[in-house]
Amino acid sequence: MPDVTFTVDGKKLTAPAGTLLIDACRKACIEIPAFCYYPGLSLQAACRMCLVRMEKVGKLQTACTTRVAEGQIFYTDTPEIAQVRKANLQLLLGNHPLDCPVCDAGGECELQDMTFKYGAGVSLYAEAKNHREEQQWSPAVFYDRPRCILCYRCIRMCGEGMDVWALGVNNRGADSAIVPNGAGHQLDCEQCGMCIDVCPVGALTSGSYRYQTRPWEMNHVSTVCAHCADGCKVTLGVRSTPEGAAIVRADNRDKSGINGDFLCAKGRFGFDFAGSDERLTQPLIRNAEGKLAPATWEQAIRTAAAKLKEIRDAKGGEAIGVIGSNRLTNEENYLLQKFARTVLGSNNIDHARTADYPTFVRALAGHADKAASLRDLASAPAILLVGGNPTEEHPLLAWHLRTNVRLNHARLYIANSAPIKLDRQAKAVQQISADGYRKLASFLVHGESDFAKTILAEESLLVVLSADVSGKPLADLIAWGLKRGNVRFALLGAYANSRGAADMGLDPALLPGYVPVDKPGPFAEYTNLPTTPGKNFAQMTAADSGLDALLIVGANPAAQTKLDSKTFLVVQDLFLTETAAQADVVLPAASLYEKSGTLTNTFGDVQMVRKAADRPGVKPDFEILVRLAEAMGAEIAKLVPFGKRGTTGDLGQSRGAEAGEADRHAVWLEANNLEPRLSPFDPFALFDEIARLVPGYSLDRINLFASNDVHSAPPAASNFVPAKALIAPARDTLFTSGTLGRYSQSLQQLEQHQTRKQAKSAAD
Amino acid sequence: MSAESISVFSPKLEARLDALVKKYPVKRSALIPMLLYAQDEVGYISDAVVAEVAIRIGITELEVRNAATYYSMLRFKPAGRYHVQVCTNISCMLRGGYEILDRFRQELGIEPGGVTADGMFSLEEVQCIGACCWAPAIQVNYDDHDELKPDLVPGILSSYRGKAKAEGKTPHA
Repeated sequence: MPDVTFTVDGKKLTAPAGTLLIDACRKACIEIPAFCYYPGLSLQAACRMCLVRMEKVGKLQTACTTRVAEGQIFYTDTPEIAQVRKANLQLLLGNHPLDCPVCDAGGECELQDMTFKYGAGVSLYAEAKNHREEQQWSPAVFYDRPRCILCYRCIRMCGEGMDVWALGVNNRGADSAIVPNGAGHQLDCEQCGMCIDVCPVGALTSGSYRYQTRPWEMNHVSTVCAHCADGCKVTLGVRSTPEGAAIVRADNRDKSGINGDFLCAKGRFGFDFAGSDERLTQPLIRNAEGKLAPATWEQAIRTAAAKLKEIRDAKGGEAIGVIGSNRLTNEENYLLQKFARTVLGSNNIDHARTADYPTFVRALAGHADKAASLRDLASAPAILLVGGNPTEEHPLLAWHLRTNVRLNHARLYIANSAPIKLDRQAKAVQQISADGYRKLASFLVHGESDFAKTILAEESLLVVLSADVSGKPLADLIAWGLKRGNVRFALLGAYANSRGAADMGLDPALLPGYVPVDKPGPFAEYTNLPTTPGKNFAQMTAADSGLDALLIVGANPAAQTKLDSKTFLVVQDLFLTETAAQADVVLPAASLYEKSGTLTNTFGDVQMVRKAADRPGVKPDFEILVRLAEAMGAEIAKLVPFGKRGTTGDLGQSRGAEAGEADRHAVWLEANNLEPRLSPFDPFALFDEIARLVPGYSLDRINLFASNDVHSAPPAASNFVPAKALIAPARDTLFTSGTLGRYSQSLQQLEQHQTRKQAKSAAD
Repeated sequence: MSAESISVFSPKLEARLDALVKKYPVKRSALIPMLLYAQDEVGYISDAVVAEVAIRIGITELEVRNAATYYSMLRFKPAGRYHVQVCTNISCMLRGGYEILDRFRQELGIEPGGVTADGMFSLEEVQCIGACCWAPAIQVNYDDHDELKPDLVPGILSSYRGKAKAEGKTPHA
């Protein structure tokens, strides 16, 4: 659209023709108050707060629906408009209870803010207020009807944004009320809580946060969600408790990061695992009677280290196995594999793989900009989704796809073995058999069906591959795309750092950055690096693994398989999982919300996690590993290069050559509320090493430290042959999150609420 | 769902509704008339009516309720066999509409919004029914009665009682 020039309050403004006046004004720092206007949603013009005077037009105009054109003249700060705003607020407050002192929204309520700024001190309306009791619509959503100002944001967010359409307005005029779709005022939906998030007042409140605290009593920590592999940025509201610091709320109201204001049920309500009563807070050692008994950290570390050292020295590193986690930070997983390979001297290291990243990276190696970032999904003109159900497994991806189709008219193509909810947004859907993903590449190459023809006619394409596509079919598809040109790819893993675990070398044959162990290249500087591939996840967790010792960090293989009972088992975890219950030594670990570091989402976007909550008795896995290594007699400075000159490092005073390193150090110290001191437990001490050694991880740190997402590039070249994939896609739903989800009461309740609904309608 | 939907409407109404949805370029345009015809037959907008109409139009039950609750002429509770609507809008008010309403109250022993114990009559105070020239006026189901005096009320009621006796079975039981 060509730019037009118009005048607001005597200021000449320029904006593309057709821009909404409210947007143009906000860009020019002219505040237009509004309740119902919400960027990205349809226009409502219900609240009348944004009325402005337009010259040569008789009536006042709503700035949220007025599109600017050449030569228009507007007034927004005249006495007339001030009076309009005041009168409008009086009407809105006509039946609004003045219970701000107990209302959840008090302190961050748009109606409260506007009343302070534009409202009258007294009201002309002296009638008694019409009170209605609050309603609980689901474990997550409560509705206080008198507080509602009928802005329709929740209805539009639920319908347009989420494509759920679970909310509506019943009745007319003063009797109007927001109603949920289920019988008996019950809400049957995805329980994302977006309606609560966008509510400008306290009409919709969250089951987990209501009446817990006030916004100004919390610390707000910006970190990354611990659940699925989309890596939504989340702001945790943290409050100090007698024991430490507890998370009371999760949202992303600052709309920063790759998710904007979006969060799903897991991100918004599933943080409560961190505060679960079932958290381990003391190390446990199996005693002479064969029972796990509480012990001190010193005892536990010494017992585990002594046994690991004994086995290593007697039988060599091959007798020890290590299993890492989909939910450790990159730094921790890097340290874990370095610990396994240089301290234990073993390539027996793996993790529960949820997608075939090695094949993905191998196929894309040497092709710059062919791996899509999650941000690309929000703007790509044509997208092919192969398999999976993003609505359940990758809610943010589904949100971006819906939004992209709605706002940018993107064309979504779906090839799937089952109908999925995103079919409603798709331009074309191709049903394929469950094993049909194998043939998809040839199906596209031949381009015989209408579906393939339409896709081939697209100028550019972004292909999103579910974890069901792995091995040769995955390589074939990527080869097809690279040959065709202008095709980018993404592969969907399951958990917060599934991609990072693969990138950081939790693989028996691959070092960090998918460098093969037999050609270690830059990793030749590792001392005692074994160069033959070790045992994989399935071999290590088999009942006849033959391993003498197994270190399992943040994983729960015993939920699926029977572990070798003769193995000495050390487990680092948050909970007494099936695996931890069989361990000889259990070390209580800090959760992702209780430590700092970086995570890589499944699209390769790296983001910072910051310590939010605090729990006594637990330690970050990073610290536990360093302590284990130290107790085994390893040289810590070689494992974690903290402070180049030992403990007399530069803290930034000199601003010399190492000042940058010291600054990074300071970031971690600040994030952990520690006094400035040098620490081998500082995960950021590994930053330089990871950037130097791991292909693709030389990242833009300014953006990273500013909590922006930074896309990691697949390595420029790769020369390994991917092993057999051994993928076990997690297939989590909106309310499950592997073993972790079982310890979130909120998610359990939401799942119960939703399954009860379905059972009821099925019986009808 | 299917078993229920068969019993909601008579075959005649079903045929009428089938024809109705085809009359509009967009199916949901048939929503309001469909609800009105359904109410005429069933007596009120029951949950089963909402469900059936939602299926016929292809929208959610919530959307049906959003629209239906907006209109005061659509009821969500059963009315009597004969629904007495008394106008008290300005012309009728000036010519004694409230006296008429009071007389119905006394004769039936119910308040506006109520239904007699035998389910025969329900009473409602309504806005203008377009009979200002012959005020005061009332409407009983789709029959008009105008230029009323309070003393005419018992006769109107007994005529409907007689009609009901002649017709026998109650229509929406």
